[in-house]
Amino acid sequence: MRDDPPSSPSRREFLQTTAGTAAAAAIAGSVGGPVVATAGAGVTTADGPRIEGAVPITLRINGKDRKLRVDPRTTLLDCIRETVDLTGTKKGCDHGQCGACTVHVNGRRVNSCLSFAVMHEGEEITTIEGIGGPDSLHPMQAAFVACDGYQCGYCTSGQIMSAVALLKEPCGADDAAVKELMSGNICRCGAYLNIVSAIQQVRRKA
Amino acid sequence: MHTFEFGRPADAAAAIATAARAKTAQQGADVRFVAGGTTLVDLMKLNVETPGRLIDINRLPLDKIEATADGGLKIGATVRNSDLANNAVVQRDYSVLSQAILAGASAQLRNMATTAGNLLQRTRCMYFRDTAMACNKREPGSGCPAITGANRMLAVLGTSEQCIATNPSDMCVAMAALEATIHVQGAKGSRAIAFGEFHLLPGSTPERETVLEPGDLITHVTLPAPLAGSKQVYLKLRDRASYEFALASAAVVLTMKGETVTGARVALGGVGTKPWRSHEAETALVGQAADAATFRKAAEAALRDAKPQSENGFKIELAKRCLAYALKTAATA
Repeated sequence: MRDDPPSSPSRREFLQTTAGTAAAAAIAGSVGGPVVATAGAGVTTADGPRIEGAVPITLRINGKDRKLRVDPRTTLLDCIRETVDLTGTKKGCDHGQCGACTVHVNGRRVNSCLSFAVMHEGEEITTIEGIGGPDSLHPMQAAFVACDGYQCGYCTSGQIMSAVALLKEPCGADDAAVKELMSGNICRCGAYLNIVSAIQQVRRKA
Repeated sequence: MHTFEFGRPADAAAAIATAARAKTAQQGADVRFVAGGTTLVDLMKLNVETPGRLIDINRLPLDKIEATADGGLKIGATVRNSDLANNAVVQRDYSVLSQAILAGASAQLRNMATTAGNLLQRTRCMYFRDTAMACNKREPGSGCPAITGANRMLAVLGTSEQCIATNPSDMCVAMAALEATIHVQGAKGSRAIAFGEFHLLPGSTPERETVLEPGDLITHVTLPAPLAGSKQVYLKLRDRASYEFALASAAVVLTMKGETVTGARVALGGVGTKPWRSHEAETALVGQAADAATFRKAAEAALRDAKPQSENGFKIELAKRCLAYALKTAATA
C-alpha cells in the first residue's frame, strides 16, 4: 500500500466510492427517478450519524479522545469500524467465536463484538491502527510479514492483536502453549503454522 | 436487537433497586445486569434476550480476590475469569478451579467474562439460541425439539420431558467440587446460597435456571479453606483440542492416606442440566483403595441415573472414562 502513488485512492476509498455508485445506480434503476445525493454516503463523521436515542460518549482510541454519539446497541466493534472509521478491526462471526474483532481494552485483548461501546467510556482502547503502520511496523506485524502468517488477510489484524497481548500473558515456551492461547483466533485459510512461527520469532527476540 | 436503556449505577443499592422492578430475573428478564457481556450481548444479538434496561456493574467495587477470616477465599462478582485462573492463591490452593477456567473459552473471552457471569452462563443448545425454533426454556410450553432432534451435545443427567439442555460452564464444575458459596444482595437483604442449591433442575420450569429473584445481585463467591494435601484435577473432553465446549468433564478433589482415599469431591460437566456434583461417586471412593477398580465403581455410580437421548448415548461411557481417568491422574499426582 505504501508503494501507491500519493494521489491514488486507497483500497477502502475505492471500495466506498464504487459501492456508493453501484447503490445509486441500483436506486435510479429501480425507481426510475433522479439520483439525489444525500449525506448518507458519508455517515462516518466525527459526531457519528444522527440516530434517535443516541447517547454521547467519549472513547479513547489509540491515544486520542473521540467524542461520539452512539445508539446504546452499538457494539465496540461497530463503533470502531462504522462510527470512528477505523476499519482495520474486522467483523467475522459477530458472536465471539472467531477473534477477527480482537482489540485491546486497557492493554488486554477482548472480542470487541461482544460488548457495547457505551461500556468503555474512559478506557484505553487500542486497535491494529494503534500498534503500528506501514512505515512503522510493530515487531509482530513485521514477523507476520516475514513468516507469511496469513493468506487472505481477513483474520490478520485480530491475530496480531491477540499475539501482541499474548506477549504479556503467562504462556509456556513451546508451540503448544502458543497454540492454546491463540485458539480464540480462527484462520479459515489455515495459516496457523506460520502464525505460530511469527509469534515465536518475536518471543525469542524479546 | 431490541432497544434498551443503558445505565451505570452509583452503587450496589442503586443497581438492586432498579433491577428489583423487573418481573423476573430468569429467562426473558426485562432488566439485566451486564459485566463481561460475553453471554448476554451474544443472546441479545440473537433476540433470545430482549432486556429493556441494562445495568452496567463493571464500575462497582466487586473486582477483588481476598483471603477470608476462616482461611478461605472471597472472589468478587466482576473478577475476570483470566484474573481468577492466574491468581497465585487459586493456582496453589484451588488448582482445579484454575484448570477448569483455562480449559474454557478463549483468552479474549476469559479477559471479559466474570465470576458472576460465568455462574449465569446460558446453555449452548441450538434450539434455545434459535428463535425460529420451539424451546421450553425460551418460550415455556412451546416444546422441546431437541429431544427428537440434534441432541449430541446435550445432557444425560438431570433432564426432564421439557428440557435436556446442558449447562456449558467449566468454572461451575470446579466450584461445585470446591463447595463454593454464592453471596447475593437483594431487595430483602443479603443471603448466602450453597453452590449445589443455586442452579435448578429444569423439571417442568426450564425457564427457571437459578434461585435468583428480581433485584438479586451476586456480589461474590467464597471458597472454604483448602483441604490440606488435596490433589485436584480438571479433565475436559471435547471435539477440538481447545476453544470448545465439553462433551464430558470432571473436577476431582481427593485426599489420601497412603493408598486409601480419605476424602473425595467430584463434579461432572458437559453431561448435566446443571453443574453436576456426584455424591454417589464420592461415597464409592471414600475409604477405598485408590485403584482402577475403585475409580471405575465411582464412575459407574456417578452415571447410574444417566438417560441417553437419540444422539448422545456415547456421553455416558465417555463421562465414566473421563471421571475414572481424572481420579487416576489425581491419585498418582
